[in-house]
Amino acid sequence: MITIVCGHYGSGKTNFALNLALRRRAGGGEMTLVDLDIVNPYFRSSDYARFLEEKGVRLIAPGTAGTTLDAPALTPGIGAAIGGGGDVIIDAGGDDAGAAALGRFAGEICARGYEMLYVVNRFRIQTAAPADAAALLGEIEAASGLKATAIVNNSHLSGLTAPADILDGLAYAKAVAGLTGLPLFASTVPAALAGAPELAGYDLFPVEILVKLPWN
Amino acid sequence: MNMAQRVLMKGNEALAQAAIDAGCRCFFGYPITPQTELAAYMAKQMPKVGGVYLQAESEIAAINMVQGAAAAGVRAMTSSSSPGISLKTEGISYMCGSDLPALIVNVQRGGPGLGGIQPSQADYWQATKAPGHGDLHILVFTPSSVQEMVDLVGKAFDLADKYRMPAMILADGLLGQMMEPVEIGGKEVPVPAAKPWAACGHRNQREHNIVNSLYLTASELEDLVKKRFERYREIEAKEPLCEAYLVDDADIVVAAYGAAARIAKAAVRTARERGIRAGLLRPVTVWPFPKKDFQAAARHASRFLCVEMNMGQMVDDVRLAVECSKPVGFFGTTGGVIPTPAQVLEQIENLSGGAR
Repeated sequence: MITIVCGHYGSGKTNFALNLALRRRAGGGEMTLVDLDIVNPYFRSSDYARFLEEKGVRLIAPGTAGTTLDAPALTPGIGAAIGGGGDVIIDAGGDDAGAAALGRFAGEICARGYEMLYVVNRFRIQTAAPADAAALLGEIEAASGLKATAIVNNSHLSGLTAPADILDGLAYAKAVAGLTGLPLFASTVPAALAGAPELAGYDLFPVEILVKLPWN
Repeated sequence: MNMAQRVLMKGNEALAQAAIDAGCRCFFGYPITPQTELAAYMAKQMPKVGGVYLQAESEIAAINMVQGAAAAGVRAMTSSSSPGISLKTEGISYMCGSDLPALIVNVQRGGPGLGGIQPSQADYWQATKAPGHGDLHILVFTPSSVQEMVDLVGKAFDLADKYRMPAMILADGLLGQMMEPVEIGGKEVPVPAAKPWAACGHRNQREHNIVNSLYLTASELEDLVKKRFERYREIEAKEPLCEAYLVDDADIVVAAYGAAARIAKAAVRTARERGIRAGLLRPVTVWPFPKKDFQAAARHASRFLCVEMNMGQMVDDVRLAVECSKPVGFFGTTGGVIPTPAQVLEQIENLSGGAR
C-alpha cells in the first residue's frame, strides 16, 4: 500500500506521517517513510532518522536533507520504494509547491494503487475557512496529478489545545469533507488529551507530539 | 474591523499578517530561505486588502522600492535573511540619512557569505552597530515567540514613524519557521501619524518636500547628524525593552535574546529546581540596548553568562552595560547549530561551582 500524506504547510503532515508509520509498523510488516519535502528545510521527517531506525521504520530522504543545502533534488531510492512491494508512507511537502514533486512519481503511484490523505487543521489561518481548505486541495491535486482519497483532521493549537478545540475541529473537518466529497480517514487528538471526559465516545486517533522545539 | 482569532501560525506568516494589521500596504521583497513564507503570505494576502506585493528583481531593488514608498509617506516593509540583508544595507543607510521610517525583517541564517540555511544570530553586530555606512542607528526588536512577533511589528512601525527612522525585526530561522498559537487581529487598522514631510505631491498647495541624504557642505551635514543623534539619545532613554525572568534575587544572570532566550529560559528553570539562583535578562530591543536592566542586575549578581547562536556578539554590549563591574562569560553555537538547554544548564552549573 502507498499512503501519501499531503496538506497545507504547517498542518501537521510530518507529525501525523511519523505517527502513522509507527502505528502501522507496530502492526507488523515492513514500513518505509519517504520524506518528499523539497520545499522546507526545517521540521521534517528526516530530522527523525535515528528515532525511526530504532523503531524499525526505514527512512528515505533526499541526500541533502539535514545538511543545510537548499537543493531540491530527489534520491533514486524513492522510485525503488514506490515500485517495491512493502508499505510506503510519503510525507509530501506543503501546499501545491511541495506536492509538485509527487507528480514525478504519479504514474508509478497510480499503477500500484494508493491512498492520499489530505491533512487539515482548522487553526491554520490560511485554511481556517473550509472553502479555503477545499480550494487548496484542488491546487495540490493539480500539482501532483493525484487525487486525495480521504481527509485527516489534525486540528490543534499546539500546547494550548483544549478538548473544546478538538470538538471545534470535528465540525470543521466535516465541512471540509462535505465540500470535497471525501470521507474522514481520522481525527487526531494529542495523546495527552485522549482521556479527557469531554472527548469520551468520539473515535479519535491519538498522536504523540514527535515534532518538537529545542526547548521542549 | 476583523475579529481577533486564536490560530496556529508560523513566525514568518505571523510577521506578515501583523504588518498588514498594522496598516502596511506596500511589501517589496525577494525570496530567500528561511524567510520565504513571509513573502509568499504577502503575495497571497496583500491583494485582498488593496495593498501592493512586489517581488523585486533583487534585494537591492526591493529596499530602494521601500525607500521610495516611505518617502511618499506610506507604511512600507521588506524582509530577507542574512545575505539579503547585506545587500540592503546601502538602502538602509540612505533611509537613515533621509530620516525615513520603514520596517525591515531579518530572519537570520548562518553566515558569513552564503553560509547555511539553518538558524543563527550572527547578524547582531550588523543590526546594532553597522546596518549601513555612516553615523547611524536603526531600531532593532528581538522577539522570542511567534506571539511577540505579532505584538512587536505594530510597535516597530509606530516607533519608526515617531522617530523617522528604519526599524528592524531581528528574528532567526527557528522563530521564522516554528509554529505557535497566537492571538491576532481584532484591532482597527491604525491610521498612521501624519507625515507632513512626505513627498507625495504638493498640488500647488505647499512648498516642495525634498527627501534627500546628500549634503555637500560639511558643517551642514554635521549639524544634521548631531540633531539626529539627539533623537537617538532620547530613544536610548525612553525605548529600551527587556524581560526579566527570576532576576530579582539572581546570583547568575543569563543574557539571551530571540530563540536562544527560549533555550536559556528552560535552562534557568532547571537550574532553579536544582537550587541555583539563576535568572534571565532577555533584551526585547537590542538597539536601544536595555543597559539599565543590566546595571540593576549587576548590583546583586556575581556574574553574567551571555548565550547566543554566534561566536559572541551581544556579549560586548552586556560588558559595556555593566561597565565590566562583574565577569561576563559567553556560551554560543554557530553555523546553524542550536544550543540545547542541557548545554546551557551545564554552563550555569559550572559558574555556580559545579553540578549539585
